[in-house]
Amino acid sequence: MLEAKDRQLLEQIQQGLPVCSRPYFEIGRLCDMSEAEVIERLSRLKAQGLIKRLGVIVKHRQLGYRANAMVVWNVPDNLIKQLGGHISQFSFVTLCYQRPRQPGWPHNLYCMIHGKDKATVLQQIEQLVAACGLNNFDQEILFSRRCFKQRGAVYQKTKPALADG
Amino acid sequence: MDDLDKLLINTLQNGFPICDSPYQRVATQLGLTEQELLGRLKALLANGTLTRFGPLYHAELMGGALTLAAVKVPTERFDQVTETINSFPEVAHNYARSHELNMWFVLATETPEQIQKTISAIEQKTGLTVHNMPKITEYFVNLKLEA
Repeated sequence: MLEAKDRQLLEQIQQGLPVCSRPYFEIGRLCDMSEAEVIERLSRLKAQGLIKRLGVIVKHRQLGYRANAMVVWNVPDNLIKQLGGHISQFSFVTLCYQRPRQPGWPHNLYCMIHGKDKATVLQQIEQLVAACGLNNFDQEILFSRRCFKQRGAVYQKTKPALADG
Repeated sequence: MDDLDKLLINTLQNGFPICDSPYQRVATQLGLTEQELLGRLKALLANGTLTRFGPLYHAELMGGALTLAAVKVPTERFDQVTETINSFPEVAHNYARSHELNMWFVLATETPEQIQKTISAIEQKTGLTVHNMPKITEYFVNLKLEA
């Protein structure tokens, strides 16, 4: 369980780190902690994985990554670990998950590819399929057409700022 | 955004040091002065090239929950359903996608129980079936987008 002081820190930095010479000192000043304590606590939270990443969190669209494909396959359960592990090695793959099949939706392996244009993304998918031996499995490519909502950090008292889905 | 800005963004996507003078450390690595780095970073945040410089938390380790959900929305109701679904604060992202299942959104809640509650509430408000597709396994990806 998180200590109250850890929570206080996570809430303090959720909207962003101060852009100044001694940011952890500044955070400490706002949380009534020493710079050393802030550094010690944040280092531990990072090591424990509660802070997944620290630094620049980019929004794809802002960097010109407008083609966003969700590619799904229906692969045998006994191969999914190996295939998921292989797919996630490709630098253009931004997320890779196993999810449950649904009635009318037989797919269980998902990956996201964010690219600057659709043609490039389609080529990357071809490359992925060939390299991982995915050609025999049912596949669907769902390009995003519109992005309605993309919120960044929302940490309502005890709520985490979340990773991109 | 010039080449140095791009280098800065790419470098800071790899992480940010937790030490007394982290900007100084990154600046040295990039061959800049600390003031130059701070100035550039402030400018990139001010002009909206960057929206977040800070932490990304692990939702589940923080006690929260995430899921991916999909809905088959009739074309004629698309705008109305979009508005209804986006009005839920638990909806973190929502994308229209090219498929019969044409709306895909991520739910983020403070507790695992709230996922099902939110799904039921969305079903009730829209009269549509929400397919809940929580992750079973996440395969590690070293996410980095070249600026």
